[in-house]
Amino acid sequence: MNEVKASMAGSIWKIVVDEGDSVTAGQDVVVLESMKMEIPIAAEKDGVVKSIVKAEGDFVNEGDVLLVIE
Amino acid sequence: MSYMEELQNRVNTIKQGGHEKYHERNAANGKMFVRERLEKLFDNGVDVEDAFFANCADDTLPSDGVVTGIGTIQGQKVCVLANDSTVKAGSWGVRTVEKMVRIQETAEKLEIPMLYLVDSAGARITDQVEMFPGRRGAGRIFHNQIKLSGRVPQICVLFGPSAAGGAYIPAFCDIVIMVEGNASMYLGSPRMAEMVIGEKVSLEEMGGARMHCSVSGCGDVLVESEEEAITFARNYLTYFPANFRSKPNITDSIDTKKMDQTIADIVPENPNAPFDMYDLIDGVIDADSFCEIKKLFAPELITGLSRINGEVIGIIANQPRVKGGVLFPDSADKAAKFIQLCDAFNIPLLFLMDIPGFMIGTHVERAGIIRHGAKMLASMSEATVPKISVVVRKAYGAGLYAMAGPAFEPDACIALPTAEIAVMGPSAAVNAVYANKIAELPEEERAAFIKEKEEEYKEDIDIYRLASEMVIDAIVQPNDLREDLINRFSVYQAKNVTFTERKHGVYPV
Repeated sequence: MNEVKASMAGSIWKIVVDEGDSVTAGQDVVVLESMKMEIPIAAEKDGVVKSIVKAEGDFVNEGDVLLVIE
Repeated sequence: MSYMEELQNRVNTIKQGGHEKYHERNAANGKMFVRERLEKLFDNGVDVEDAFFANCADDTLPSDGVVTGIGTIQGQKVCVLANDSTVKAGSWGVRTVEKMVRIQETAEKLEIPMLYLVDSAGARITDQVEMFPGRRGAGRIFHNQIKLSGRVPQICVLFGPSAAGGAYIPAFCDIVIMVEGNASMYLGSPRMAEMVIGEKVSLEEMGGARMHCSVSGCGDVLVESEEEAITFARNYLTYFPANFRSKPNITDSIDTKKMDQTIADIVPENPNAPFDMYDLIDGVIDADSFCEIKKLFAPELITGLSRINGEVIGIIANQPRVKGGVLFPDSADKAAKFIQLCDAFNIPLLFLMDIPGFMIGTHVERAGIIRHGAKMLASMSEATVPKISVVVRKAYGAGLYAMAGPAFEPDACIALPTAEIAVMGPSAAVNAVYANKIAELPEEERAAFIKEKEEEYKEDIDIYRLASEMVIDAIVQPNDLREDLINRFSVYQAKNVTFTERKHGVYPV
């Protein structure tokens, strides 16, 4: 199991995967908006999206879990 | 036995280091014997070795656990000290320390680089009165390192532990190369941590190579094997002069890496969309010349040595692909040390800017982002080597300052046509100025109003307007950037200035 975490504080702009999707390491799964920039967050491991913890528009702090990959 | 035979026998015995079982243990852990490391490090083995017979009265402590001497790396003479982990785990006795102090003094006298090949359990408690507190005790090693800093390159290769006081050897070096799995740095071992503060933690987690190279920033380069560590150290030295009095060697110019994209293709038009700054760096430097420092630490800022037209250049570049290229406490810290390193050894600096500014919010304020940012500005400002800043895209707020903006005496601040220089980006600025007005407007009129004000703002900060005001020195076609940099660096290399007269600044550390 691998948790995808926010790399910095900001709000969730887009979640580009759904629960059940297969993802590969390095693939962008969430895009944050912070400091007026698009901040892509990539999966660190190959796997299947088990659960999406946050919703688009949520404010997240650095280190908050966004989704879980299994 | 003749006296000649006796000498030969003694030499042979000492050269073998410690007990066979420790050699076997090293081999099992992928570790080389200290003399094998030195064979691989130097062009032709150790040229000069002194105090080989240190502590030879005790036949269990060959060379007292450290090899010190002079060898040659790619034609350059360097001093080295290398712990022998087969001798009492590379621990320091009184003669070990004296040998280390002496080779540092030699490096100072000859003004040649000093290498530390560290693999040591730390002090020998049994020798503490002789080796710990006195004038030529272990403290003198660090005192000498601090004195040598900026005079000659100091390189640390960590093959094994570097514990307690010994952990300060890497801390005072210009660069620390760590072998994953074997290298570690810590003040108190996990056993001690459990005893004293009740924490249960593994060595790898607390002081392992990967942790230090990606989290603490105490390590600079993570490698997989001892061979790779040695190869890196040999290559790294080719970017440096022997000491602060000279300049790095210039090599033949090599074309850039063959690429599918031009710089114009790499930089997207949408200022908020990310791109990979490594591609742009490849489009500017000689092929295969990038020697990255702290790749895994604070990757929102890229720092590395490179060659442009054969000349060594230090690159500091924002990485929009990671955290939007925003500066954080760690990235500012990383930049400050790298800039000092380059300036100390006459390596010109190139700043590639695409920066929305310093990070804001509670988290970073509590971490002291202001004083960490100030560190970066101070090093950048004080650097008197040739300095060129390039505004690739955004340069907002204090980001412009930290990346050698016009006020900090770069020899040139040039812009690509995609550049945007401002206190803040258009949408943030409109919000800051017109927040009350926007709130008063009926809902349906707001979007149009915001758009109109944003357009006005964009015109106000238009790059040609800034060129007209002579804020920037030139606007360069993206695909001519390398050529322009080659011309400028070749002109600016004649620069010879003193920053200011004083003992030293009071730094925002």
